[in-house]
Order: sequence, then C-alpha cells, then structure tokens
Amino acid sequence: MLKQQLPALIRKEFLLEFRQRSTLAGIAVYIIATVFISALSFKQKIHPIVWNALFWVIFTFITVNVSGKSFVQETKGKALYNYLYYGAREFILGKIVYNMILMAVLSLFTFFFYGWFVGNIVQDMGLFMLVLLFSSTAFSGVLSLMSAIASKSGNNMSLMAILSFPVLMPLLLVSIKVSKNAIDGLAWSVSYNYLLILVMLNFVVITLATLLFNYLWRE
Amino acid sequence: MIKWWKILSVLIILYTLVWGLLNPVPKLAILHESIRNVYFHVPIWFAMLFQMGYSVVFAVKHLYKNDMRSDLISDQAAQTGLFLSIPGLLTGCMWAKFTWGTWWTFEDPKLNGVAIAVLIYLAYFILRSSITDELKRARISAVYNIFAFVMMFVFIMILPRLTDSLHPGNGNNPAFGKYDLDNSMRTVFYPAVIGWVLLSLWILDVKKRLATLKYNSEND
Repeated sequence: MLKQQLPALIRKEFLLEFRQRSTLAGIAVYIIATVFISALSFKQKIHPIVWNALFWVIFTFITVNVSGKSFVQETKGKALYNYLYYGAREFILGKIVYNMILMAVLSLFTFFFYGWFVGNIVQDMGLFMLVLLFSSTAFSGVLSLMSAIASKSGNNMSLMAILSFPVLMPLLLVSIKVSKNAIDGLAWSVSYNYLLILVMLNFVVITLATLLFNYLWRE
Repeated sequence: MIKWWKILSVLIILYTLVWGLLNPVPKLAILHESIRNVYFHVPIWFAMLFQMGYSVVFAVKHLYKNDMRSDLISDQAAQTGLFLSIPGLLTGCMWAKFTWGTWWTFEDPKLNGVAIAVLIYLAYFILRSSITDELKRARISAVYNIFAFVMMFVFIMILPRLTDSLHPGNGNNPAFGKYDLDNSMRTVFYPAVIGWVLLSLWILDVKKRLATLKYNSEND
C-alpha cells in the first residue's frame, strides 16, 4: 500500500503546486525581498555570527510560511476524499516528502541569493550543504504536522508560528551550531556529533509525525 | 475527605522550611549560604516536570480510549505544571541575582530549556482555546502535547552538549552532589522533592474536581 500510494501522493502534491504557479512565484519573491532587505539594512560585510543567525532566522520564517500552506487547501470535501482513498501514514509521508523536496530547493535558493546579496563567507561548502539538507528534512517533518494541527483549529498563520517556533528550537540550535563550524571551515570531526544529533532528530520527528497524524486525521 | 498524603506533603514542606534554613551546609565558594535554594528551587522544578509528564501520560491515554476524563486531567496537569514554573522561575532568578549577579542569562542551557518549556505550554493553551468543538480540541491538543513533550525532552538532553551550563554541578561549578554525600543536605533535599511532588498532586486534585464540576454543570 505504501509503495503504491506514496509516489502517487507526492506526484499529486507537485501537480497541484505547479498548477497554481503563483504560489511558488510568490515564495520566490518573498525570499528575494527578505534577503534584499537584510542586505540593504547592513550595507557592509557582516560578522560571521550575525551572518549565520540572520540566515537561519530567514530560513525559519520562510519554511514556516511555506509549509503553513500545506494543509490549507484541504477543504472539507477534499479531506473526506483523501480519508477514503489513502491511509493516514501514506498521506502524511507524502506531505513530508513533498515538503522536504520543496524546502531543500528553497533553502538552496535562499542561500544562493543570501550569498549573493549579503556576501558568501562559508568556507566549507560541503558541510554547509549537508546541514541545509538535514535541517530542511527535519523542518519539513515538524512543520507538516504543525500545519495539520493549525489547519484543524481555525487555521491562522499566527497559530502556526506560535505552535512551531518553540518545537523547532532544538533543531534550529543544532543547525546553527554546525553551520557556524562550516562557516569557520573547522575539521569535520568537530561536527560529527552534531550531524549525528541532526540525523537522530530527523528520525524522531518523522516517526512521531507519522504516528500522531493518524489521530489528527479522523474527524 | 482529606487524604493522608495531603497532610504528609504539608508536614514535609514545613520540615524542609524549618530544617532547611537551620541545618549546617558545606561552605562552598560562590554558593555560600545560597546553596539552601536547592531545597526549594530544584524540588519545584521536579514537581513541574512530574506534572508535565502526568499530562503527557493522560494525553496518550486519551488518544487510546477517546474519553473526555483523560483530556480533562491532561489539561489540568499542564496548567498545574505551568503554574509551578512561576515559583520555580522566581526562586531561580532571585538565586541567580545573588550568585551570578544577573536575573537571567542566555548562556545557560537549563534556563533556555525552561524558557522553551514555558513557551511550549503557552502555545498548548492557545491551541486549546482556539478550538471550540470539545472532542476535536481534546484530540488535537493531545497530539500537540505528545509531540511537544518529546521535542522538549530532546532539547533538554542535547542542549548541554551545545553550551556549558553555569548551574552548580556543571562546568566546574561547585555543587553538593560532587562533594560526596553531604548527608545533612540530603536529609532535607530528598524529602523536599517528595513533599513538592505530593503538593503538586494535591493542587491537581483540587483543580480536577473543580473542572469536573464545571464540565458536568455545562453538559447537563
């Protein structure tokens, strides 16, 4: 069941997204505008710690904004249809995988413009990319479940932020720590422990989201 | 009817208040007499964590059994836990002012962990208040409760690896546990933990009864 449904669900998400290209374009403009504002407000080379913190703050806001939408389109009728045709596990995994791909792409996009406008100071590109990848997967796990919760409760964006920020904290702090190591170009052996924590967090988050979504889903 | 453990909790806390201020304590640098805060500050946090754990257990129970009683207990336990964080924070801040010279610092993982815990439970109550249908509210808040508790737990476990703690017992700071068995302090500390946990259970018991009465009067 998982093997048949999952690809179909992911394909469905992409199709829906590309049918409404204005949403994707909106996100792109949002990212560029945010990065441009930060570049203009500094107007000079900034300290690595500030660079790092600002990047992750921007990243957090973008991901919360993007994934907040992932359950908005589920109207009553559509939800019933999904409920009848798909399993809960398949459905949430479809959302998570879709969000993972989307966020990995968006994080690269953000990094590209951030590096261009504000200046790229990352010394160890490989490590930085790895952190970006791991954190976007974990973020998408947390945020898919949070957006499902927020959509069940009146569905406003502020609730989405209130629910997600405290829960994202552990992820964010570890990511900031490793990406600081990547910026300073430290040896990989320094970061092994943190990368391990990130992978473990991914595992915990996705397992929990899959288990718990089963209960959100029934109405 | 007053149960025996309620009387016990009051007696124990009275005992820790009196003997905690009178008993001899080891003279340690930095801490001095402020080490006595360990009888009040630490047990209050233990009681809070106990209540949060209690809340999660009943959230899981609600998801399994789908009964409103578990949801009510889970909600009330979370409220009790959040309430206990107020004296926990106040005793901590006062102590920090006299030993570290500041009310609050972002350098300490335990302080950050607590701040996150408080934020998570505030978010939990906002989520609860934003849903009107009570069955739906019970289920959704139980899901958030479980997810948030696990993340909080992970946070508390990994944070100390990220920054060194200023708390006694961490980062070369003196604490009573390190100076192997100061038995005189243990005679106060362990009872204090039991006493505060029992007191928190008493608070929960009263809140539970009040909430049940309210629930029944609204649903008649």
